[in-house]
Amino acid sequence: MQWETVIGLEIHTQLATKSKIFSGAATAYGAEANTQACAVDLGLPGVLPVLNEDVVRMAVKFGLAIEAEVADVSVFARKNYFYPDSPKGYQISQMDHPIVGVGHMDIEVGGVTKRIGITRAHLEEDAGKSLHENFHGLTGIDLNRSGTPLLEIVSEPDMRSAKEAIAYMRKIHELVQYLEISDGNMQEGSFRCDANVSIRPKGQAEYGTRTELKNINSFKFVEKAINIEVERQIEIIENGGKITQETRLYDADKNETRSMRSKEEANDYRYFPDPDLLPVFISEELRAAVKADLPELPQVKRERFIAEYQLDAETAGILSSSKTLAHYFEALVKASGCDAKTCSNWVTGDLLGTLNKQGLDIAQSPISYDRLAGLLQRIADNTISGKIAKQVFEAMLNSEDNADAIIESQGLKQITDSGAIEAIIDKIIAENPGQVEQYLSGKDKVFGFFVGQTMKASQGKANPGEVNKILQDKLKR
Amino acid sequence: MHTKTIAQLAQGLRTGDYSSQELTEAYLARITQHQDLNSFITVTEHQAIAAAKQADAILAAGDAPFLTGVPIAHKDIFCTLGVKTSCGSKMLDKFISPYNATVVEKFNAAGAVSLGKLNMDEFAMGSSNETSFYGAVKNPWAIDCVPGGSSGGSAAAVAARLIPGATGTDTGGSIRQPAALCGITGLKPTYGRVSRYGMVAYASSLDQGGPMAQTAEDAALMLQAMAGFDPKDSTSVDCAVPDYSAGLNNSLAGLKIGLPKEFFDEALNSEMAATIEAAINEYKKMGAEITEVSMPNLKLAIPAYYVIAPAECSANLSRLDGVRYGHRCENPADLNDLYIRSRGEAFGTEVKRRILVGTYALSEGYYDAYYIKAQKIRRLISDDFNKALEQVDVIMGPVSPTPAFGIGEKTDDPIEMYLADIYTIAINLAGLPAMSIPAGFIDNKPVGLQIIGNYFDEAKLLNVAHQYQQVTDWHQQTPKGFE
Repeated sequence: MQWETVIGLEIHTQLATKSKIFSGAATAYGAEANTQACAVDLGLPGVLPVLNEDVVRMAVKFGLAIEAEVADVSVFARKNYFYPDSPKGYQISQMDHPIVGVGHMDIEVGGVTKRIGITRAHLEEDAGKSLHENFHGLTGIDLNRSGTPLLEIVSEPDMRSAKEAIAYMRKIHELVQYLEISDGNMQEGSFRCDANVSIRPKGQAEYGTRTELKNINSFKFVEKAINIEVERQIEIIENGGKITQETRLYDADKNETRSMRSKEEANDYRYFPDPDLLPVFISEELRAAVKADLPELPQVKRERFIAEYQLDAETAGILSSSKTLAHYFEALVKASGCDAKTCSNWVTGDLLGTLNKQGLDIAQSPISYDRLAGLLQRIADNTISGKIAKQVFEAMLNSEDNADAIIESQGLKQITDSGAIEAIIDKIIAENPGQVEQYLSGKDKVFGFFVGQTMKASQGKANPGEVNKILQDKLKR
Repeated sequence: MHTKTIAQLAQGLRTGDYSSQELTEAYLARITQHQDLNSFITVTEHQAIAAAKQADAILAAGDAPFLTGVPIAHKDIFCTLGVKTSCGSKMLDKFISPYNATVVEKFNAAGAVSLGKLNMDEFAMGSSNETSFYGAVKNPWAIDCVPGGSSGGSAAAVAARLIPGATGTDTGGSIRQPAALCGITGLKPTYGRVSRYGMVAYASSLDQGGPMAQTAEDAALMLQAMAGFDPKDSTSVDCAVPDYSAGLNNSLAGLKIGLPKEFFDEALNSEMAATIEAAINEYKKMGAEITEVSMPNLKLAIPAYYVIAPAECSANLSRLDGVRYGHRCENPADLNDLYIRSRGEAFGTEVKRRILVGTYALSEGYYDAYYIKAQKIRRLISDDFNKALEQVDVIMGPVSPTPAFGIGEKTDDPIEMYLADIYTIAINLAGLPAMSIPAGFIDNKPVGLQIIGNYFDEAKLLNVAHQYQQVTDWHQQTPKGFE
């Protein structure tokens, strides 16, 4: 039997506001437990939520970016459940009237573009954290995260493989950072995902019974969790069993999913409109203001890079994957005056290679775009060769100096003076009569030996074009 | 001086007839003397004396806010910094609030001196003050009778002249009904007029704080201090606060009074009907015109209220889980045991009943049939009132079907108890302002007249109430033993 996988994702992205969604407490990560929780976040008797305006603006921004309907009126609702890190005994979320309605996101897998439907995106508050260590059999509660704004982005079950799910998740991750509505930091939990997974015989129209995989916090784990869950489901069905609708937890250490609760055990959340909060009205003015403020989106930028800089699709994709990287590239082209191809080669090759090795982000690059531009200009005007440029680049990584200063202080200037090169070549020809003999008898390969010797003697500074020309002249004679 | 009104006391403080400290000590002595009324849960003697001394210094310096030095007390539903805020429940018996409610802050800013916290039905759920963890409050007019609820402690204390004015809250009649049963003046403002921040929530879409005092003039002074937009309460309304005292003496000639025929049907007993009719006659003498109005959906108010209020309370009370504050059971075996026993031990029967009703009404499969339907009824009731208020300036009627009933008389029959609010509940559903003013006696027990006005028309209500109090003296009567 041929099985088809069906996946839908629910992505929780933390919005990058200074204060919480319903209180004035700070949202900064990593503070001492319970120091960033005010009376509202602690759920004291009598406190009331007040909606943070920035949160609304960010949600509208996201909605416009995925070409979704942004609701004229959206409503906050209470989702009721008891848990120690949920201080009010309910979470303020949105149910029947989410702020962002139907939209979409295009992904590319294996060179094919596919449109993934987005059902909705709604605002809600995050819970606190339960701490199980260092409390001698008790549980500690840290409510710093309580009330942190989240945008939950719910997709249609449109993905057919773990690869598509990852591609979709990456695109959303890229977008929220582009829009500057989230830092996307997965280690700190700013971007996490639940996956709804089911299988069905290929060609069957109706969906199979799905399971929900909870809280998967990295791209790698999403792929692993989905694949392992699909295997599990296939095995059950092929052995004549049935899938139970349930929530499952992915255990990264054991690479397995295990049951958390079945549908029968699922909570009845008893959603109802929160009487403490008024409906949110989005005016045409706000929509227009946010739209005017919208940055060039990744997809548009990608296409522009291909058209404007004649980049191939893959390179354009890499360079537009982050706003900072795209900016670095464009600034480099402008500052250096060099052709885009050279610039993109340096950025995607040497620069990103080095940054990856050092675990740095483009924003933390030790070489700014204008320093790199200085280096590329020296290649273009033949001051140094491409090979020497790599050496200068290495030196720049560990120094504040610009390329000119390094070339100067290390004496790396290319020798283009044909007299000087001729002198070196004359000496090498004189010292190697045997090789000259071989070359003249038709062994063309020996030519490389002379080039190598010349470059070595000039410490790599001789202009390679010039060397070739002079060598050919002299050896023929 | 305990028979004086807030207006008189504020004047006396200014002219130096007495100091705030003298006043405060005199009232504290009366509170102690009449503690068998059980109207106070907490008396903050030391803080009160300190605040009174400070008020005297401010008065001496001149330019003091109007309520400077005037003793008041808060219903124990308002959070008070550093003072126990129990909400009448074992659950919060040991809860010392780390912050002040906005209403408390506003009274502090106006210079009032708080003497303590007043008894109430547990979490404001009740119409007799009998559901309080701290025991029933006695009605000073009939010591074996209830003072009404849920703001029963406030009403009894003002009626017994233990305090010249008190705060109350009204979700389905909790200011007006005890005011009526205790023969004082109570005002439930328009929903959104007074901040709910720091007022322990019972039913958030209905709860509203308001003043309880001897006279409409005092209620105006207190409302002046309480009212206004609060950025901490999204449901408070950002509209200007008028001078509530300015129009008290406006003539009522030509005032259009609407009498809903549904209020005056055969269910209203004849003595009550006669008392209300007598009050209306006083208004006729002042030149008011009487019109009959109809509100056909009024009969649906109680069922709608007993879906909406419990639904909201079932969520509002979830934070009382024994985890961060409030009662926690001893040696919980696990998390569920902690929840079940902490809540089971600390909530009283009526609170549990409403949590269960509300949880049921919100459950999957029942939500549309109960909660959504109740919201639709709420809309119909609002429409009824809005239509009536297009024709008339104010609507009048009874507050309570009967005067104060006996302690223990209705505790076994929750439905009977719920019917005590039959004339008040619809007003909360519509969000309108309404008052209860003393209008006579039946069997030596006070009876209240209800005056209902349009949104944010509190000044009109106060004017209408004040004019009545210029030609009657029901509000000046003091119960025997408390003169």
